[in-house]
Amino acid sequence: MTAALALGDDALVLSHRLGEWAGHAPALEEEVALANIALDLLGQARILLSLVGDEDELAYLREERAFRNVQLVEQPNGDFAHTIARQLYFSTYQRLLYEQLASGENAFAGLAAKAVKEVAYHQDHAEHWTLRLGDGTDESHDRMQRAVDALWRFTGELFEPVEGVEVDWQSLHSGWLESVSAVLERATLTLPTGPRSGAWTAGAGRQGIHTEPFGRMIAEMQHLHRSHPGASW
Amino acid sequence: MAAVTADQTAQAGADRPEGADEALEAAFDAAVAADERIEPRDWMPDAYRASLVRQMAQHAHSEIIGMQPEANWISRAPSLRRKAILMAKVQDEAGHGLYLYSAAETLGTGREELLDKLHAGRQRYSSIFNYPTLTWADVGAIGWLVDGAAITNQVPLCRCSYGPYARAMVRICKEESFHQRQGYELLLTLSRGTPAQHEMAQDAVNRWWWPSLMMFGPPDDASAHSAQSMAWKIKRHSNDELRQRFVDICVPQAEALGLTLPDPDLRWNGERGQHDFGAIDWKEFQEVLKGNGPCNEQRLTQRRRAHEEGAWVRDAAAAYAGKHTAAEAHAAPHTAAENGEATA
Repeated sequence: MTAALALGDDALVLSHRLGEWAGHAPALEEEVALANIALDLLGQARILLSLVGDEDELAYLREERAFRNVQLVEQPNGDFAHTIARQLYFSTYQRLLYEQLASGENAFAGLAAKAVKEVAYHQDHAEHWTLRLGDGTDESHDRMQRAVDALWRFTGELFEPVEGVEVDWQSLHSGWLESVSAVLERATLTLPTGPRSGAWTAGAGRQGIHTEPFGRMIAEMQHLHRSHPGASW
Repeated sequence: MAAVTADQTAQAGADRPEGADEALEAAFDAAVAADERIEPRDWMPDAYRASLVRQMAQHAHSEIIGMQPEANWISRAPSLRRKAILMAKVQDEAGHGLYLYSAAETLGTGREELLDKLHAGRQRYSSIFNYPTLTWADVGAIGWLVDGAAITNQVPLCRCSYGPYARAMVRICKEESFHQRQGYELLLTLSRGTPAQHEMAQDAVNRWWWPSLMMFGPPDDASAHSAQSMAWKIKRHSNDELRQRFVDICVPQAEALGLTLPDPDLRWNGERGQHDFGAIDWKEFQEVLKGNGPCNEQRLTQRRRAHEEGAWVRDAAAAYAGKHTAAEAHAAPHTAAENGEATA
């Protein structure tokens, strides 16, 4: 249950953040792409949360301290580079995670086998934009570097083992580092060197300790549902 | 397929025989009269081209601006199922915008140029999107009424004389009818829900009904482009005919929803076999068109901001493409054909 909640919350929260881009994307093609990724993630979230209980009760009636997503996915969108860096870090993690889950015998194998195809597309999208922004103009290079640096401190948490998720966390971590390093290098960007986690970010999201913007995000997300107790939509 | 091709046009231009333009125009008129499709390479009157660019651009812009009132509720959608439906719908609208800009580009204009005109306020979008979405029920009212009106307008466009536009409309209408059914179902759920939900649905219909009727444009005796568009078979029915058809469709649907339409003069006219309905506030319509509707400023400002704030991203993509195409062409001049073969 902890496991489905953790993976489901990751997908739910990142989907919500990507949904905030609708009508604000830098090009029409990106309106389509970001909404598409958000929809894939929402689909994954609905399946995972349904393994635990009622998807809407879980999404709309839990308070901030009961959410189990990593802090990375709740980070505000920022500029397009920030959104792409968040997506690069998370999609790379999610693809490696789902690849392992899909090949093993566990409760998530079926879901992971389907989701890994979607996630491979998300990773591809993020990698291509990392290359374009990193190796584009001086301005886009600087913005992309700032974004990968700023989000670096949230990446350690991705590899804190989650109870019930049976994967090799060591190889997940080394695979992630290898993949992300290679993309950043091709994009003429520097791999960040700062801490991967601190006293507050080491597995904190998984324990329900979140960053300040998250509370505001779920206030908006839950407001209407909570205003009409017991209603169907 | 039209009677006169661009090759013939070029030849006619080179030879300059007496009465060449008249011959081209006569052939164009004959093609339209015979319900043939005009294609991008065919000769067409300048005014036909200009009229189509105006209409298709306005249509594309409406899809793009129309994302805003609905996207306004994505982050607050009250269930995950509704949130997924709404996100998919807004995504479809961006896709419709892309089809329509591509169709407009076949007439020799560029997407950038059209977007610039939208941002400068020199081309319009549908007046309906200048109204605000104040409650969740507005998402349903937009699906039922706004998409319903759009479909009534657009189904005849599937037979429009200009081929690329007609084909875009076939694809768009399929998705629009799907959205319309979802909007109807959303309202039905609210109407049959708690008293507060029912009231929310009725309030949304009250606010969106008249603006939806305005989507069909000014009355026939005040419509500047109608006669010519009908002669060219860009339009197949007059504004008032389509508006009447829409009212007749909506009345029984409102009844089935358990909601009322906010028009005390609305009643069945047995003699005409159609509904009579009250007078539209054309002054409000004119004000909205002039930019004085509730959200005109907000919609255009958000669109301009998204475009301006995205400029560095588009520049980066162009710079990257420039560097890499140039670098690859320089490094391996013979691989282009091989790559082409590999991907074919």
